[in-house]
Amino acid sequence: MSWWPLIRLLPKKTNFTYVKFAVFAASFSIAAVGASLVSMFTGGLRENPVAIYQESEGSPLARIGSIMEHGFDLGIDFRGGSSILIESPSPIDLGDLRALGGRLQEGGVEVQGTACRPTDSPPYCAIINFEATEGGSQVVEELRSALPQIGDGARIINVDVVSGRVSEELFSGGLIALGLAMLLMLIYIWFRFEWQFGAGAIMALLHDVILTLGLFSIFRLEFNLTIIAALLTIIGYSINDTVVVYDRLRENLRKYKKMPLPELVDLSLNETLSRTIITGSTALFALVGLYYFGGEALEGFAIAMIFGIIVGTYSSLYVAAPAILIWGVKRGREGETRVTPQTAP
Amino acid sequence: MLQVARWRIILVAVVAVLGIVWALPNFISERTRESWPDFMPKQGINLGLDLQGGSQLLLEVDVETLRRQYLDNVADQMASRLREAEIRYTGRGVVGDAARIRLVDATQMEQAREALRDVTRSRVTGATDIYTLSEGEDGLIEARPTPVYLRDLSRQAAQQSIEVIRRRIDPTGTSEVSIQRQGDQRIVVQAPGVSNPEQLKDRIGQTALMTFHMVREVSPEEAASGLTPPGAMVVQPYPGVGDRADVVERRPRFTGERLVRASPSTDAQTGEWVLSFQLDSEGARIFCRITRDFTGDRFAILLDNQVLTAPTINEPICGGSGQISGNFTLESARELAVMLNAGALPAPLNIIDERTVSASLGQDAIDSGAVASLVAVAVTVGFMLLAYGLFGIFACVALVVNGVLIIAAMSLIGAALTLPGIAGLILTIAMAVDANVLIYERMREEAQAGRGPALAIDAGFNRAMITIIDANLTTILAAMILFQFGAGPVRGFAWTLSIGVITSVFTAVLVTQILVAWWFRWSRPKTLPI
Repeated sequence: MSWWPLIRLLPKKTNFTYVKFAVFAASFSIAAVGASLVSMFTGGLRENPVAIYQESEGSPLARIGSIMEHGFDLGIDFRGGSSILIESPSPIDLGDLRALGGRLQEGGVEVQGTACRPTDSPPYCAIINFEATEGGSQVVEELRSALPQIGDGARIINVDVVSGRVSEELFSGGLIALGLAMLLMLIYIWFRFEWQFGAGAIMALLHDVILTLGLFSIFRLEFNLTIIAALLTIIGYSINDTVVVYDRLRENLRKYKKMPLPELVDLSLNETLSRTIITGSTALFALVGLYYFGGEALEGFAIAMIFGIIVGTYSSLYVAAPAILIWGVKRGREGETRVTPQTAP
Repeated sequence: MLQVARWRIILVAVVAVLGIVWALPNFISERTRESWPDFMPKQGINLGLDLQGGSQLLLEVDVETLRRQYLDNVADQMASRLREAEIRYTGRGVVGDAARIRLVDATQMEQAREALRDVTRSRVTGATDIYTLSEGEDGLIEARPTPVYLRDLSRQAAQQSIEVIRRRIDPTGTSEVSIQRQGDQRIVVQAPGVSNPEQLKDRIGQTALMTFHMVREVSPEEAASGLTPPGAMVVQPYPGVGDRADVVERRPRFTGERLVRASPSTDAQTGEWVLSFQLDSEGARIFCRITRDFTGDRFAILLDNQVLTAPTINEPICGGSGQISGNFTLESARELAVMLNAGALPAPLNIIDERTVSASLGQDAIDSGAVASLVAVAVTVGFMLLAYGLFGIFACVALVVNGVLIIAAMSLIGAALTLPGIAGLILTIAMAVDANVLIYERMREEAQAGRGPALAIDAGFNRAMITIIDANLTTILAAMILFQFGAGPVRGFAWTLSIGVITSVFTAVLVTQILVAWWFRWSRPKTLPI
């Protein structure tokens, strides 16, 4: 069994030259970040951000927030309104349901058929969405009592009612949480390393967050509270990855005082490569399991995490580490000489 | 390190045993748990509403109404003070965010200020200057509550509402409903197992303020014209109980605060269901006086400004008790009694967020979460075994201990496990081995650099430690932020994530270290097996 444990198959020493591709990677990253931002702020080229800015009210920050609201397929958490899941033993006539919804509330009613999750329950399910209004809770009760019109035995199995105010708070709260998390990480890395490392880590984090947001904006995937949780976890994972690389970089900076910085970065990345591969693939496999077996509610979370872990790993290698090359870094204790980068990305 | 300090082994052993004890209730049937001795923990993991099914309502105190009521009250107070001081006034009322009153003679301002002095003092806290008095030139006096006092007021109202709601929806104190204040003016009600929150909302939605008014008799034509005499108002019948609209005096003679108890009973003569009530001594005194002075007239009992009943007073009633007759059934009389006994809400509550998950959907979420977790564990264990062989087994043992500790910590803290929480667990399982990977990779490097196995193992643990701590502290930071800003289920995710990070560092470092040390002393290998 010479192949087992598998770790023996991983070459003990790799000599990939990451820095050589840094320029290529940087252009790729900039293009991807640009595309994501464009999609977020124009609703996938469907809307004019300037017009939205002028139409919306409030502080400039709030106005930018409302531009971003147009950039995503916001879930009920952030959009407000009522979403009601109905199951029935007989087929649900979506037209009837839409008509019923229209009687209960004028306008803003959306109806769609959907697959039922509990496999042993009645086989017909439908979702009816109402736009946010003052009496959202009231509409649910009216719908409940009017349900027999749709079919015998039809019943409501899931209700989410979020008023407009709460949804706005959740949205801004989520954005604040993201910003605050990144700020804390910056301070921590700065404190534990040097400012160049902190700046590099933040660049990597912004890169990951923007690309993941871009994924959800470009493909119009539903954006809800769970995705904010996923984003924060991605930040946690990405910074984790970055810290491992930085730790090694710091150690090597002390060990090889004379080695040129680009070579040092390459060396550190190669030394941590096997860990990056093993941890990354374990997490990926587990998340793919979550995607397939975790049910509809966690699908978005799993997609965000899978994408985020790939991007997070990439950004540790190609954003965070080469970023050090841009600013250079102080070497050794006695030498105050700053090593200037030889090949800037 | 290959001589692991004894205290470390003891620490790991103690933590592991405690972990098993606290995790145990989750795997034992409730019946067995009941028969356990008292010192054994009986608390399992608390499932969130999205997993066990149920309803959650987020309520908000209607601050606007609360402030209006309060200002009304302030205007009343000012009026009565001025009356006592024999200062004539006019134009008493509430305009915008202030209560105002106008002196007939603006030169009496000095006396008025004296008379109104202690109005600005809170009767509850004794704090001075809870609102500012401003005086206009033409004898206008305005009282404007400070923002701080208004916030206190709404917090107080939320706190009182919690008590009222608890008495309304859980009169016997036996159900598992949780009612908590959130922020200054919000209340979260969580009712596990309730898949139709209609009754819940009905009971919460009413202010249930009971008031006693005198009826102003008007001719049907006058009533139809919509013109009401000054100081009177038209009130509609209470749905299902009252039978006709009436015109009553705007000012109640007394309110439900004077009510001691209400209960359903049957009328001795007709045998119909009625609602009996008992007033306190002050209420009884007022009631006695009214019924004596107004014998032959009608008075009305209103609930939330709707007529329950409006009987004619046949004789003075001085015993302090009475009964309300209407079209009651036992059920409706009992329902109303619960509401009256619970007391009135200080201000209306609006439902601003409602989530209901049926039990079957919750069970489905548990099932898929369990399958996904098992798959994640299997993948991780398989991967570690394949990748690291013997050392992989050590990592897996650490993972199992980790799992037990997470379950134990969740049970101990009583934090709710939510669907996103399960996702957090799965991620923790996968990330838990990261510490092991860091250690093992370091060992490999050290061995490759020419160190013997003992030194390589030692250096692997020591050097990887810094990285592990740096890497995991940042994750904890992210989890803390999530906890601060997240709502409901996302908070559950933050809990599992932070618990998982702490336990995984503990197990990956300490447990693996002990296992590797034992193995090393037992086999004395010449080379590392990885």
